[in-house]
Amino acid sequence: MTDILSITPRPSMAAGKTLLDVKNLVTEFPLRTGIFKAVNDISFSIEPGKTLCVVGESGSGKSVTARSILQIIDSPGRIASGSIILNRQDGTSVDLARLDPRSKAIRAVRGRDIAMIFQEPMSSLSPVHTVGDQITEVLRLHLNMSKAQARKEAAELLRQVEIPNPEQALDRYAFQYSGGMRQRAMIAMALACKPQLLIADEPTTALDVTTQAEILDLIKRLQQTTGMAVLFITHDMGVVAQIADDVLVMHHGVIKEYGPVDQIFHAPKDPYTKMLIGSVLKLEQKAEIRLARPPLDTTAEPILDIRNLSMHFGEMKALNDVSIALLPGETLGIVGESGSGKTTLGRSIMRLYDPASGEMHYRRADGRVVDLARLEGRELKAARRELRMVFQDPFGSLNPRMTVAQVIGEPLLVNGLSKGKELDERVCHLMDQVGLDPAGRERYPHAFSGGQRQRIGIARAITLNPRIIVADEATSALDVSVRFQVLDLLMRLQDELKLAYIFISHDIGVIRYMCDRVGVMYRGRLVEVGEADKVCNNPDHPYTQALISAIPRPDPRDRDRSKRFRYIEPSPHIDPSNVKNRSSVR
Amino acid sequence: MLKFIIKRLLWMIPSLFAVSFLAFVLIQLPPGDFVTTYIATLASSNEVVDQNTAAALRERFGLDQSMLVQYLKWIWGILSRGDFGISFEWQQPVSGLIWERMALTLVLALASLIATWAIALPIGVYSAVKKYSIGDYAFTAFTFFGLSIPSFLLALVLMYIAAVEFGADVGGLFSPEYETAPWSIAKTLDLLSRLWLPVAILAVSSTASLIRVMRANMLDELPKPYVTTARAKGLSEFRLLIKYPLRIALNPFISTIAWLLPNLISGSVVVAIVLNLPTAAPLLLQALMAQDMYLAGAFVLLICALTLIGSLISDILLALVDPRIRLE
Repeated sequence: MTDILSITPRPSMAAGKTLLDVKNLVTEFPLRTGIFKAVNDISFSIEPGKTLCVVGESGSGKSVTARSILQIIDSPGRIASGSIILNRQDGTSVDLARLDPRSKAIRAVRGRDIAMIFQEPMSSLSPVHTVGDQITEVLRLHLNMSKAQARKEAAELLRQVEIPNPEQALDRYAFQYSGGMRQRAMIAMALACKPQLLIADEPTTALDVTTQAEILDLIKRLQQTTGMAVLFITHDMGVVAQIADDVLVMHHGVIKEYGPVDQIFHAPKDPYTKMLIGSVLKLEQKAEIRLARPPLDTTAEPILDIRNLSMHFGEMKALNDVSIALLPGETLGIVGESGSGKTTLGRSIMRLYDPASGEMHYRRADGRVVDLARLEGRELKAARRELRMVFQDPFGSLNPRMTVAQVIGEPLLVNGLSKGKELDERVCHLMDQVGLDPAGRERYPHAFSGGQRQRIGIARAITLNPRIIVADEATSALDVSVRFQVLDLLMRLQDELKLAYIFISHDIGVIRYMCDRVGVMYRGRLVEVGEADKVCNNPDHPYTQALISAIPRPDPRDRDRSKRFRYIEPSPHIDPSNVKNRSSVR
Repeated sequence: MLKFIIKRLLWMIPSLFAVSFLAFVLIQLPPGDFVTTYIATLASSNEVVDQNTAAALRERFGLDQSMLVQYLKWIWGILSRGDFGISFEWQQPVSGLIWERMALTLVLALASLIATWAIALPIGVYSAVKKYSIGDYAFTAFTFFGLSIPSFLLALVLMYIAAVEFGADVGGLFSPEYETAPWSIAKTLDLLSRLWLPVAILAVSSTASLIRVMRANMLDELPKPYVTTARAKGLSEFRLLIKYPLRIALNPFISTIAWLLPNLISGSVVVAIVLNLPTAAPLLLQALMAQDMYLAGAFVLLICALTLIGSLISDILLALVDPRIRLE
């Protein structure tokens, strides 16, 4: 169908001849206090046509490794020692580590022999240049094409990455594309000069699971047709299991384990690798804390009963007639992809938004039932004390100019519940409860790690003895190893304080681990509600089935993608000319 | 887009009326009027004006009527005949006075604007790209110097140096022999030979602030992922700087057009007075002090019109260069 397909297979390299050989690479960042080695003495190699996954948590040095290869490390980082040998097709070799980052020689490699795609396709594309402009630029730079030739080739590239109406799409801007389309355009740009190696730095992390599955498929297919090698950086073990040939596990700048994917998943030797795999497998089942609990009393009166709730932003129906009930002591999961309305639901419950219509009957501790959707003034304030929220971003949700004690104590102070020494004691107690050392209460949030900050956010949420906590993607920004600790903490607090949770997440694994019941949202509607086990393993609604089928299974022996499909809403009108409309793409 | 422009243009009409009325009222607010000021001036040179003469003067200038009537007459004159009235002080039509000054003001303002941008933008980019280098520190020191020195002081010092050390006559924009001469090539050359000093003085402080703004804008853009993407494509540093971050860092400057235009008239009053420049600003100041209300009113009206036009132009330009504004 395309140019790339018609390429004759690469002349097979001599046996054992690798494409890229990295030896004893050290990349360091000079700091005021000394030198920080972000990448410390790592060696690996990539063979043509193969996929090497570099996996690790934040700060492991995986991104710096990738950037070292192209010499595009953020200032003031630099390669201190080691070699990066690139063996070109024509038999020549070059040591990329020895090239000056601004030299012509390295610029000839960038984009031509080795191309790279990034995590956030929106910010990785220029906001003020058309997509076509940015693609033709590479073609004209490396292949000396004329404008017309380059444009023709760029349209061809967009067709290969399955962007509909490529001719028109060339003249559009990145913000007019959907998330998945942007990443496709990035891939098209990277493939423009038919590189031998594609470096993909968390290319699917910012995307929904269904879109992620499509992008992974696309990369795989292009790899098969062009024979290029892929260096894939990710923190997601599920993705690794699905696409890797070899795996490199990194932690704090050093290699923990390096080997074939099957060995890493089924016979890991290093304790860190074992921990990573273990934490992924843990998400495949219920939490131990929950297994030990007595079954939930399903006959109890619901603490929160949402009926026919709707919320509009202009034309968009963010919530469309949503009805769901929350039992006392229950954890209700809300899953859905971006734009499905799950966050809007959480915020409407908190009355951060005023819903357009519908009711939210909340049962107070004294048995009185109030409609949260109608409450005003003092009544609303009283109800808000009993409904609290934990936010996604542990960095943005804490005021950097307030000490931890001030952050946690603020709800008590503004509600006039305690002050002075008593306040201090309560703050210490709360910090104990969430597993933080009260000695650190006079420090500012920046002194704490992501997981600790999320604990601060939780302490703030439970300060006023709430009865319902809405947790909006509360663990999404955390590394897997920390994620469990926070989830387990939430469940422990639930037992201690008799809390009911509304747990909003896009991660089915977390939902399965944590939740009793799950509601699945799709374009503002609640399409399915049921027991967590049922919804996660055997869902009824075709959308949920599609969603579950798209989740990469953390087992390299289970790579059957034939069951995966895309849910297409039976909609009366789909405008095929709309690039933003993803449903016309497989 | 066209709808937006037309809407904005229509909105300008009531705004201009409101501002012109407000300006008229404000100018008349201080006690007394032009005749009072005039009599006071004459009195200081021992000429006594009796009440009858004053009343006759008031009648001649139309100052005996109520303010509203005066305003309506003035506005009607502008709308029907393009007549902005007669300046009391100069005894000349206001429009003639203004246009004579505006041409020179425009030359001076444009020259200093071009000088400012031509110097500041490259330095700002350099400072950002070579952050914390010796060059950056040197330029930073210069910008703080330029920002903190009042430009009239700089004007005085430079005039002193030029006059005392080099014996050059640097006041005004023309040599005495050309001051009243009709326009000729020689007069233009004379203008150009004298323009550099006011341009340099006016450019120093604006260059300094512009360097800081440009540096900050670039520092915001440089770490953005799209710059890394461009680098990973194999573009040379210079080309990628020009094409991507610089292009986006320039956008905020387009917004400044909105206040550049009115600044033509009211900006740099002190420097113009110190250097004895025949530009609009000193004339405006004088008109306000003498309560020469038709002249002052015309200036205020012009400033207001330029503000509105300037913001319209900058909005249109922003939409043209930034697709995010144009298309969303």
